[in-house]
Amino acid sequence: MLSAEVKSKYELVIGLEVHAQLLTKSKMYTSDSTEFGNLPNTHISVITLGHPGTLPKVNRKAVEFAIKMGLACDSTITRRNIFARKNYFYPDLPKGYQITQDKNPICVGGNVPITLSDGTKREVALTRIHMEEDAGKSMHLAGEVDTLVDFNRAGVPLIEIVSEPDMRSSEEAYVFLSEVKKLVKYLDICDGNMEEGSLRCDANVSARLWGAEEYGKKVEVKNMNSFRNVARAIEHEFERQILLIESGEEIISETRTFDAATGLTASMRTKEDLNDYRYFPEPDLSPVIVSEEWLSSIQGAMPSLPRELHHKFVNEYGLPEYDAGVLTDSKEIALYFEELCTLTRNYKAASNLMMGPVKSYLNELTLHISDFPIGPKRLAELIQLIDDGKVNFSVATQKVYPEMLIHAEKTPLAIAQELNLIQDSDEGSLIPIVESVLAENVVKVAEYKSGKKGLMAMFMGQVMKKSQGKADPKVATKILMELLDN
Amino acid sequence: MEKFISFDEIKKSLENRETDCSAIVKYYLQNIQTKAHLNAFVEVYEQSALAQAELINEKIASGKAGRLAGMVIGIKDVLCYDAHEANASSKILQGFESQFTGTAVQRLIDEDAIVIGRLNCDEFGMGSSNENSVHGRVLNAADETRVPGGSSGGSAVAVQANLCTVSLGTDTGGSVRQPAAFTGIVGIKPTYSRVSRWGLIAYASSFDTIGVFSKTVKDNALVMEIMAGHDNFDSTASRKPVPKYSELLHFDKRVKIAYIKETIESPALQPEIKANTLAVLEKLKNEGHQVEEVDFPLLKYTLPTYYILTTAEASSNLSRFDGVKYGYRTPNAHNLESMYKLTRSEGFGEEVKRRIMLGTFVLSASYYDAYFTKAQKVRRMIKESTEDLLNKFDYIIMPTTPSTAFKFGEHSNDPVAMYLEDLFTVQASVSGVPALSIPNGKDKLGLPIGLQIITNSFKEAELYAFANYLSAFNSN
Repeated sequence: MLSAEVKSKYELVIGLEVHAQLLTKSKMYTSDSTEFGNLPNTHISVITLGHPGTLPKVNRKAVEFAIKMGLACDSTITRRNIFARKNYFYPDLPKGYQITQDKNPICVGGNVPITLSDGTKREVALTRIHMEEDAGKSMHLAGEVDTLVDFNRAGVPLIEIVSEPDMRSSEEAYVFLSEVKKLVKYLDICDGNMEEGSLRCDANVSARLWGAEEYGKKVEVKNMNSFRNVARAIEHEFERQILLIESGEEIISETRTFDAATGLTASMRTKEDLNDYRYFPEPDLSPVIVSEEWLSSIQGAMPSLPRELHHKFVNEYGLPEYDAGVLTDSKEIALYFEELCTLTRNYKAASNLMMGPVKSYLNELTLHISDFPIGPKRLAELIQLIDDGKVNFSVATQKVYPEMLIHAEKTPLAIAQELNLIQDSDEGSLIPIVESVLAENVVKVAEYKSGKKGLMAMFMGQVMKKSQGKADPKVATKILMELLDN
Repeated sequence: MEKFISFDEIKKSLENRETDCSAIVKYYLQNIQTKAHLNAFVEVYEQSALAQAELINEKIASGKAGRLAGMVIGIKDVLCYDAHEANASSKILQGFESQFTGTAVQRLIDEDAIVIGRLNCDEFGMGSSNENSVHGRVLNAADETRVPGGSSGGSAVAVQANLCTVSLGTDTGGSVRQPAAFTGIVGIKPTYSRVSRWGLIAYASSFDTIGVFSKTVKDNALVMEIMAGHDNFDSTASRKPVPKYSELLHFDKRVKIAYIKETIESPALQPEIKANTLAVLEKLKNEGHQVEEVDFPLLKYTLPTYYILTTAEASSNLSRFDGVKYGYRTPNAHNLESMYKLTRSEGFGEEVKRRIMLGTFVLSASYYDAYFTKAQKVRRMIKESTEDLLNKFDYIIMPTTPSTAFKFGEHSNDPVAMYLEDLFTVQASVSGVPALSIPNGKDKLGLPIGLQIITNSFKEAELYAFANYLSAFNSN
């Protein structure tokens, strides 16, 4: 076993390669549908199948999606895009090569900002983002001697987001991935579903002694199907490498596969039988030129990004970092909240409502904010009701809000009135109530007057009870004090 | 039955009601049968051609016929034609039927050309003698002991022997021009990207072009103007407008012509070819054209550049033929790897395998920069030098081939000698400029000699006009 002491001598170095399947309607180089879940081999034209005489054609939407991701990550956008062929044989690769980008990826550099659980903020540097096509799926069916291939996925557009070896803990990797997922979903370019494979991640992991200048030999780990498994695989790989180094063995640059059941990694192939992909410029595609106009039209259509909204929520709305983090976690929640904040100035109350009752309602019913029955306008009216002192926060959330969920058409004020929940802040009507409470508790009043000030709460409770909860606590307290202290 | 040489004659006969499309198709079918031993056709579409002829007769009668009504064409076995086999003369595509029609062929059909069959060629367009074909070799009708040239040998012989009016070939490094020269007909390689490659089974994508064989320059120009132009299926196809070449054949200017010293003084050049080429240059001078000898020291690098880059692209283009999806699959495999290896070993011919290996080698990590990268740089130099030359001169003239048609088997044991056949044709291929071969007399054995005319990119109209002019005074 690896002792904490030994482990602490080593620094973990991680680079991630994230493949995101783009949400275009058609494939990267053909007009075949990208729809998921259809019968095998139903979205396969002669182009997808690589029939002789066919030629690819670039899907401009996919290029736009890649550019959007680049803009979101502050990458430099390559203006003259040349595609490249990556040559290898595999039954699910119809042409015997994948059309990808090699020397000039569409996005160069850039970064993804992350915030760790201890509040540390940093930016993870990106190497590149490039466009490519997915392969088909080999299927080993029970009872079948032959391996079957489904080419529906072949040619589906992907972007590959490659980070620098810039992460130092599995938590950083986890948060980086979460941020990437958040970004692609904000941009609406990928559904970010790692379990279904629309987001895939390979990790390059190495270990070195603290202070060492050279990186250790890196090992590529594949086949993690969740963020948690990426973190587990990295942790395991780090420890495996340290144990090897400590026992004087050499780390082999290799590809290893992660087994979620055991939490271990196992060797897939070593560098000796590494493929020589023989990249060269794709002669069947003319270069895709990103003009100034095209780029600015994409720039103009960029949605608000999590980091921008987070900044706005903290600096403009004065919300705590924590609130801003929760509210920007999902694009739709953030946009709902942003709209809500154009209708009320009580941002903290708005945030509390969103993070409390709204989120718990959605979570309980596993609903999406788009299915939320109450629009921002009504929710703003509810806040107004609290601000006006007509109901207090707990009455608002526990009595009015549940009714609003059922009767979305009614205003919160109408609901509060119907349920007789409007607070009474009229001294004229409250004085008789307070007087009668005091009259019914002569003994307690005497005790209060002799110094038992704690009885105030009891009197208050009685007042609330008598007023059926509608007494404005502030006004009632004031009257009580006046009458008792006389 | 009358003998048709040109499409003009056919059109005249149709106009005069001396014949109809059915009779024309039957005329060619008869010739194909008589000359079956030439082995030009791989498959003859007798029934569909006759049926199509009937339809076009109707169209002619109702005045709705297209511009190529009455034209009967053959297509090289690397061009896709919906619901017809396309084998690229390779065992690996045995039984493969294309599911679409390529753009060039479709545009001719749309103008009522009748496709009479597909034509033999070297496997995947790789060869200069049409000896590398799963369908067997093609005989040169001028001397049946000799090769017709390649790779579009079947296409050349089909026109040479009157088996169709015009034919389509493909030219990657000379595969239209060299067989046109060997068979004494007109053959063009257009500017790269002028004709869509959609439906052309790729050999080397950045060199491949679809060209035309014909008896006359005018027929050639007409077919080219119909095939050429932008195509949504090929992003590399040029968007430049296509002039009506066949209506721009008039030529009456004095022009500047260069001939490259390194070609005319090449030791490999057959003496009669040299003499006939010089004779044309002399005539041109006498006609008042400016004719100048120029140096082109890069000529010796054109062949190596060509073979490095085309084999690199071919090694990748031919990866799709793996036995997984279509075509030939070995019956002898016991696992995936042996399926790949045996399918490809059994399915490809020797020359194709040689080129796949060469191409794989020049793209391999350890040799990439020494070969592929360097060849790309040299290609750019050759292209720029050729264009510079063509900015100073209207045309470059040179022999199409160093020798006339050679005997079967003559170069079979020496691939490099075979590659030298392309010595004069690869310059235009490497540079992407258009080039055309016209007949230029015969050698002492009576074998046809070709003359090659090269001009700058997208100047096909000027190329055809000059070729038409030269053809006229050459036959005087």
